[in-house]
Amino acid sequence: MNQELVIEQKIIGDMIVLRPAGDIDMARSSAIRKAVTEAVRTRPAKLAIDLTAVGYMDSSGIATMIEALQSSMRNKMKFFLVGVGPKVRVAFEITKLIGMFTICDTVEDAAK
Amino acid sequence: MERDPEISIRLFSDPHLLSTIRSTVEGLAKAVGFAEKSRGLLMLAIDEALANVIRHGYDGRTDEMIWVHLWRVREPRGIRIIIEDLGRSVAPEKIKGRDLSDVKPGGLGVHIIKETMNESCWEQRPEGGMRLTLVKWLSPEELQNVTPTKPENTFP
Repeated sequence: MNQELVIEQKIIGDMIVLRPAGDIDMARSSAIRKAVTEAVRTRPAKLAIDLTAVGYMDSSGIATMIEALQSSMRNKMKFFLVGVGPKVRVAFEITKLIGMFTICDTVEDAAK
Repeated sequence: MERDPEISIRLFSDPHLLSTIRSTVEGLAKAVGFAEKSRGLLMLAIDEALANVIRHGYDGRTDEMIWVHLWRVREPRGIRIIIEDLGRSVAPEKIKGRDLSDVKPGGLGVHIIKETMNESCWEQRPEGGMRLTLVKWLSPEELQNVTPTKPENTFP
């Protein structure tokens, strides 16, 4: 059975980066949702979720990313997804939502 | 007469158990010959099906029963999965994916299942609850990569 989702947070300039590690599924998406809510509350200019260490994401994870995007837009923040690997990309592609997001290869690209 | 499932799992309706089922499905799918992307989609589909049972059939209760049965299918080559529960029974015609042009969180599970699987059939069980039958076949490209003479590639 998987461990709970571990989420690192770091600040790069005017950007908050959340870096979850593990699978984002029904059991664990609430942890990233909570971290996003807390990050948005501080009103950074940019919010990035680094998915490099995420090996799997289900529709509850996709829903959380949509919430994060919409919450960022409401608060006039820029929102980025970083490091979307093939196993995570498949969930965005099948739900035809990949085009909604600004996707960067690295955190440094998002920070530019 | 239908042959017995090659793998049968009874699990509690606890979301923390979903990763175990995903691993099992991925292992069997790999043995059948599905490529990495197809295995990812299969894991996603079964995960969404089980999440729907937990969320809608059992209203999030974590101590109810779900049964998952798995078969390798020879003609056409693929995988067959049956998921059964004793939760709320819903008329199959009411189970629909939502319009994806309406961008909002949630309601994506049925769309993912129908897009991924070659067959998906929901039925109301006479004894209560639902039965979902899922079938996915290898693509022609995946089929070409299967060597039929290898013992691990032959099954009933």
